[in-house]
Amino acid sequence: MKKEIYQNPFFKANPVTVLVLGICSSLAVTVKLEPACVMALSVTFVTGFSSLFASLLRNTIPNRIRIIVQLVLVSLFVILIDQFLKAYAYEVSKQLSVYVGLIITNCIIMGRIEAFALGNKPWPSFVDGIANGLGYGMILVVLAFIRELFGSGTLFGFQVIPQSWYEAGYMNNGLIILPPMALILVGLIIWLQRGIQKDLIEK
Amino acid sequence: MENKEKKGSIFDSTIEAFQSFLRVPDTVTKSGSHVRDCNDLKRVMIIVVVALIPTLLFGIYNIGYQHSIASGTEMGFWQMVWFGFLKILPLYLVSYIVGLGIEFASAQIRGHEVNEGYLVTGMIIPLIVPITTPLWILALAVAFAVIIGKEVFGGTGMNIWNPALIARAFLFFAYPASMSGDKVWVAGVDGYSGATPLADAALGNFSNMPSALDMFLGFIPGCPGETSTVAILIGAAILLFFGVASWKIMLSTVIGALAIGYLCNALAPDTSSYLALPAWEHLIMGGFAFGAVFMATDPVTSAQTETGKWIYGFLIGAFTIILRVFNPGYPEGMMLAILLMNTFAPLIDYCVVQRNIKKRLKRAQINQ
Repeated sequence: MKKEIYQNPFFKANPVTVLVLGICSSLAVTVKLEPACVMALSVTFVTGFSSLFASLLRNTIPNRIRIIVQLVLVSLFVILIDQFLKAYAYEVSKQLSVYVGLIITNCIIMGRIEAFALGNKPWPSFVDGIANGLGYGMILVVLAFIRELFGSGTLFGFQVIPQSWYEAGYMNNGLIILPPMALILVGLIIWLQRGIQKDLIEK
Repeated sequence: MENKEKKGSIFDSTIEAFQSFLRVPDTVTKSGSHVRDCNDLKRVMIIVVVALIPTLLFGIYNIGYQHSIASGTEMGFWQMVWFGFLKILPLYLVSYIVGLGIEFASAQIRGHEVNEGYLVTGMIIPLIVPITTPLWILALAVAFAVIIGKEVFGGTGMNIWNPALIARAFLFFAYPASMSGDKVWVAGVDGYSGATPLADAALGNFSNMPSALDMFLGFIPGCPGETSTVAILIGAAILLFFGVASWKIMLSTVIGALAIGYLCNALAPDTSSYLALPAWEHLIMGGFAFGAVFMATDPVTSAQTETGKWIYGFLIGAFTIILRVFNPGYPEGMMLAILLMNTFAPLIDYCVVQRNIKKRLKRAQINQ
């Protein structure tokens, strides 16, 4: 198996910062670290297994109805995750609310099935799906870390910024909790990445 | 540009910026004929700075005056001015040090020339924030405005939104405790905060509002630059006399506000409703006058076409009143109205230009 399959999604072809997929959920669920981590793991699970099964079925799926078959596959895993979260992590599932169900619309999953799994063997497809899910999750965690730290002064719900700072006049930034600032943060990450990796800059 | 290549030092932009501060270098073109308008960026910027001086001076005096009233201490005229000066000085230092620091650094990195664009932004920002804004928050807002509002788009002249308003919007959304538009803070008096005229009007407490004369002259608490409509009008006269700002935008903003204001008056169910506030009072309340004169007319972010300016200004005035009257969440609508129309200014221009092209095309075909 080629190294690129599991290396590229983290940096060179990151689904969020390079392919600009899955932006909606990365703005919506990154206010706090905990839901962001759960979301990252859920998406990783769904991309991995739906890519795996799409690859297994790739020779039997008629080309004309492949999108609907993919949707059925993806929704199967999304429902599994949704039920799992409701059973074992009810609080987090309530925080994530509709966004667990909306994993089905996450462009990364369909994108990877279309672009990779339908043309490759099951094992590389599975690795590709997992790596893309983790690449997406990585950005989610970075965003949530910044947003929870500066927006609420906490990390995983524990207060990190000492009370004495607040008494000295420090205030939480209310803008960073709002989605527009998350979009700006994504922009800044893309800026940083393009500063490092010059070949991404369009001529 | 030629000089720069010759010197080749890494601090070229910085050196050049100081050498040519507000003045054009005395190098002249050697060959060919060149006609240039003397009204260049440097001159435009310095005229705006001059036009802002009346509001700044009044703002400084008013800080001291409001302190004297709120704290109940007797103060002479010069004492008030000195008090106000000491209060506003740190805001200016932060605004210019942070803003120009980023401006110089980014010009250096990109090899651009540093220009006078930030002079005006840096002058406006302290005028439109509460005088009690903590300095670190102001520094953050300035950095945000310069980097996200301006430099990412390519620097002066390329920004979509007015950078000073971006700084204010940042404060408004990020630290609502230090400015929300419905409360005022008076310098040097702890825990003193009253309702702005806008908040009183929104609650229907018309009797709590200061008299129209006071709001016109500016003897009310508020952000340093926005209280005195008189000082702003002097600034407007300077801008118009030198042809720096567009009279069309100023006039159409006022028309837009009055049109919606009178419409509200006509629809008002009873005299205690916000709808019943006389339309002309909106013009002297809050940041309307300051926004209409200094912010909406920003030549970079406003509409460029002559017809577009009328539409752009009218909608700013109209949205301001709509936001003020119908949205209890935002007592002051001027900032958001201008930012919104900044966003749409290119679209307005596009439509105006397309319409013109179509009109002329039709005329050309008929003549064939």
